[in-house]
Amino acid sequence: MSTPLAFARSTVGRKVIMAVTGLLLVGFVLGHMAGNLLVFKGPEALNGWGAFLKSSALVLWTVRLGLLAAVGLHVWAALTLIRLNQVSRPVAYAKRVPQASTRSARLMRVGGIFLLVFIVFHLLHFTTGTIHPGYTFSHTDVYGNVVSSFQVPWVALFYIAAMVALLAHLTHGIWSFFQTMGWSHTRYNPARRVVATVVALIVSLGFIAIPSAILGGMLR
Amino acid sequence: MNLTLHVWRQPDAGSAGRLERYEARGVSPDMSFLEMLDVVNEGLIEKGEAPIAFDHDCREGICGSCGVMINGVAHGPMAGTATCQLHMRSFRDGDEIVVEPWRARAFPVLRDLVVDRSPLDRIIEAGGFISIATGNAPDAHAILVPKQDADSAMDAAQCIGCGACVAACPNASAMLFTAAKVSHLGVLPQGQPERDRRALGMIAQMDLEGFGGCTNYGECTEACPKGISLETIARMNRDFRVASLRARPESAAAAGAP
Amino acid sequence: MSIELKSNVPAGPLAEKWDRHKFDLKLVNPANKRKHTILVVGSGLAGGSAAATLGELGYNVHCFCYQDSPRRAHSIAAQGGINAAKNYPNDGDSVWRLFYDTVKGGDFRAREANVYRLAQVSVNIIDQCVAQGVPFAREYGGLLANRSFGGAQVSRTFYARGQTGQQLLLGAYSALERQVAAGTVQMHTRTEMLDLIVVDGQARGIVTRDMVSGAVETWFGDAVVLGTGGYGNVFYLSTNAKGCNVSATYRAYKRGAAFANPCFTQIHPTCIPVAGEHQSKLTLMSESLRNDGRVWVPKQKGDTRAPGDIPDAERDYYLERKYPSFGNLAPRDISSRSAKEVCDEGRGVGPGGRGVYLDFADAIARLGEDTIRERYGNLFEMYQRITDEDPYKVPMRIYPAVHYTMGGLWVDYNLMGTIPGLFVIGEANFSDHGANRLGASALMQGLADGYFVLPYTIGNYIATHKLAKVDASHPESRAVVAQVNERMRRLLAVNGTRTVDSFHRELGKLLWEHCGMARNAEGLRTALARIPELRAEFWKDVKVLGTGEELNQSLEKAGRVADFMEFAELMCRDALVREESCGGHFRTEYQTSDGEAKRDDERFAHVAAWEYTGDDSPPVRHVEPLTYENVQLATRSYK
Repeated sequence: MSTPLAFARSTVGRKVIMAVTGLLLVGFVLGHMAGNLLVFKGPEALNGWGAFLKSSALVLWTVRLGLLAAVGLHVWAALTLIRLNQVSRPVAYAKRVPQASTRSARLMRVGGIFLLVFIVFHLLHFTTGTIHPGYTFSHTDVYGNVVSSFQVPWVALFYIAAMVALLAHLTHGIWSFFQTMGWSHTRYNPARRVVATVVALIVSLGFIAIPSAILGGMLR
Repeated sequence: MNLTLHVWRQPDAGSAGRLERYEARGVSPDMSFLEMLDVVNEGLIEKGEAPIAFDHDCREGICGSCGVMINGVAHGPMAGTATCQLHMRSFRDGDEIVVEPWRARAFPVLRDLVVDRSPLDRIIEAGGFISIATGNAPDAHAILVPKQDADSAMDAAQCIGCGACVAACPNASAMLFTAAKVSHLGVLPQGQPERDRRALGMIAQMDLEGFGGCTNYGECTEACPKGISLETIARMNRDFRVASLRARPESAAAAGAP
Repeated sequence: MSIELKSNVPAGPLAEKWDRHKFDLKLVNPANKRKHTILVVGSGLAGGSAAATLGELGYNVHCFCYQDSPRRAHSIAAQGGINAAKNYPNDGDSVWRLFYDTVKGGDFRAREANVYRLAQVSVNIIDQCVAQGVPFAREYGGLLANRSFGGAQVSRTFYARGQTGQQLLLGAYSALERQVAAGTVQMHTRTEMLDLIVVDGQARGIVTRDMVSGAVETWFGDAVVLGTGGYGNVFYLSTNAKGCNVSATYRAYKRGAAFANPCFTQIHPTCIPVAGEHQSKLTLMSESLRNDGRVWVPKQKGDTRAPGDIPDAERDYYLERKYPSFGNLAPRDISSRSAKEVCDEGRGVGPGGRGVYLDFADAIARLGEDTIRERYGNLFEMYQRITDEDPYKVPMRIYPAVHYTMGGLWVDYNLMGTIPGLFVIGEANFSDHGANRLGASALMQGLADGYFVLPYTIGNYIATHKLAKVDASHPESRAVVAQVNERMRRLLAVNGTRTVDSFHRELGKLLWEHCGMARNAEGLRTALARIPELRAEFWKDVKVLGTGEELNQSLEKAGRVADFMEFAELMCRDALVREESCGGHFRTEYQTSDGEAKRDDERFAHVAAWEYTGDDSPPVRHVEPLTYENVQLATRSYK
């Protein structure tokens, strides 16, 4: 009675897909963030890391396609569930007062869509170089690209805003991951919130440090 | 005390409904919420107006018949309390109270505050049981159940099936209801043989009934008069995931057995 | 047509009757079972377990309930527990002792053979329920926990926190839903039985109303099973659910089923007192509370001091004083009456002076608040929600309330009423509790009937009766449907000035006053004079709005109250004729010098079963003598 198709069709199955892909993406952003922090060690470190990542086309594209698939599945599951959840209550309450849901939980939908927009922008900005406000994009000088673009205040602020959204997204998302995977135990449950919040803070603050430092003139 | 009510009135499933305003005068703080509605209804009948229809039966918080949205909160402002056990001392003189039926695609309104919750029965039908026919069960002491397991089964088994979890969930999801049963039977040794089938069957039925999905808001637990915990949902998720991975196709011969 | 009360108790020694009888019962060929239709009305412990079991056996079952789900039947509200003669604690219990306690507790007004069978199958019930996954309380070692309950001197009560009825009902409900999924049972929710169809002297069908669409429908089968509960709501205020009613059994009575011992009603000693005129129902606090709580009132009349300010010497722990060996655990009828007595003396506490204290201070001091919380936490919470008082700090106030009705349709050993093919199970029948039911025995009886007795005996009836096919075109069916419709039309046509509830409340007060905890001939005569007047006023002045073709809760109530209005008379009549005090039936004229019930075994060691003879002629009282071959009739003493 259970086939992969039935699994993917089930609301719980789709949540598991979101959780697993979400975990992959959390792993990715953690690594991404750590790599980015090399910017503080100077141009050589960062550019060297960039060159290393691109040294094997096979590995690069495997990772890229894997990530793309993860994002695709994550977004597909999210959008179809959002749609289902919208039609599940055709007549809205005249009055409804949330009792328990956290702000980060309620922001998942809007925040998630904002992050999707951001990811597209981010790829056009730093991967393909299609968007390069006020500077010339270089495929090898990652450091230059970063510093030049974050000196443009709206770009930096847009990035910071996106990372705040990521903070909210991960705070609920990581906690939710445990819940969806079924890892719940009264003794360890308080730790789930702590782990989620700490990881979310590390990722987002790590990312935010870079545009902040550049805007503040610490890096140039 | 005197209160102003805004109550959802809808003559039947096919008609449109709207909020109507009623004045409830001389309400005693010792009345239950439903007794307050009784008094309003007595007044309506005397005036020749149709009384407000609402489901209720035991009025002691255990049958699960009653349940309305009170000022935007399922079962009203007092935590862990079904509508019938909510007393008017939770309100103040002059309060305005909005009273609405549970709202979900799966729970169509039948009249006023009465909704059709039969999907919950069908979810149970899809596996919320242990397949044991009457007679000749082994001696009750043949199966040892650790006290902790019995207690946590009981925690989940307390569900009264009122549907407040669905009503409170922003997605109108029935996860907490379904999980309570999956969890109750899943932690007991008696429930093991059918554990996989149960999770798969009940979740499939839940989806089929048109409930929304779970987004881990936690509104359900907060609304639950019995305080069924979110841990039950985690357990059901795990059972579903594990069952999905290890379920084998039933052999035709086995499936045909009665 | 006169009724003959044949108990059909099988011959042989008491302990072997049931086993022999089971062997003597004819069986239905398994392949034929699905061709036999059984209508089960009610989905509580009795009806639900019967429907599930009959479905498992392969019959074609239709089950009906007025609630929106079978899981909501009022069995769900039972708190304390279920008795079974398992003797797990090794404290001297046995089938025989449970049998004896039940007969004695019922004040020797129950049929020996039925009670013995009940005690026998009690052990199977626990096995069955555990196998279903009912989460009974357990010890650390993993074995089931037991407690002593409601006046028993052994620990034979199994429980699931304070929600035993709920858990047992959910067990039966899950078995029922399993059969619904298997297609053997068709469940009809929000469907109320309005009448019984009797064809050629046999119960063959029922008339129902779909409570959503209003459609009046007929259903036919080989047998009709009523598991429709008791009639406690005739008092308006009771611990029963609001929807509980007498209509199914009363309609059957009017079609020829004898109604036995209607005056046997149980008043539960531990309920939350009435708070005001608006009160719509009474809430029971489990009797298990009496295991640790001490019942008292001030010694002084009209003592208005706060309970904490009354020193121990000025308190009257009247149960401990009057019944030293049972103390606070004295049986229900005795505890209730004692509470009434002290309140009648003007020593009652709380608003209106109708209340006594149930004090946990000593238990908390002895065992600690945590232990008390573990045992009764949910009950304490419930009490606090309703009264706004904290029972950990202030003693609870309790007062007796109508709770259970031992009377019901008369049935033989096979649980069949005086109409062949009409089976009656659970609280709806009269069979096992005599004049007073022991705590934790209602759940036992409901499940015994539904799981272990009826499924055998009904097969015998079906196997031994060849029934012609009946459908809605049968003249009898048409006549009954026409009567049902006419009655509804009349209720809707009155368009008077008073609500249904106001009539119900008035009827309830009248009965509580004259046919409640204590009765006497004068009061009963007053009630018997007043009830017909009130009934006439009802039919002249009741106001039921709307139509029959819609969800109409006033119309539902009106039909039920109309039946209560007639039934109340039968109850008072029965109470008047029974010139003795026994169990829940206490006639003030018949008491010992120290105020204890005085039974009259010479004249009343029998079941009184009433036969309906028409609206304008009085019912006829038939008698089934009770013979005790195995127990000695004794005066019940709990001193």
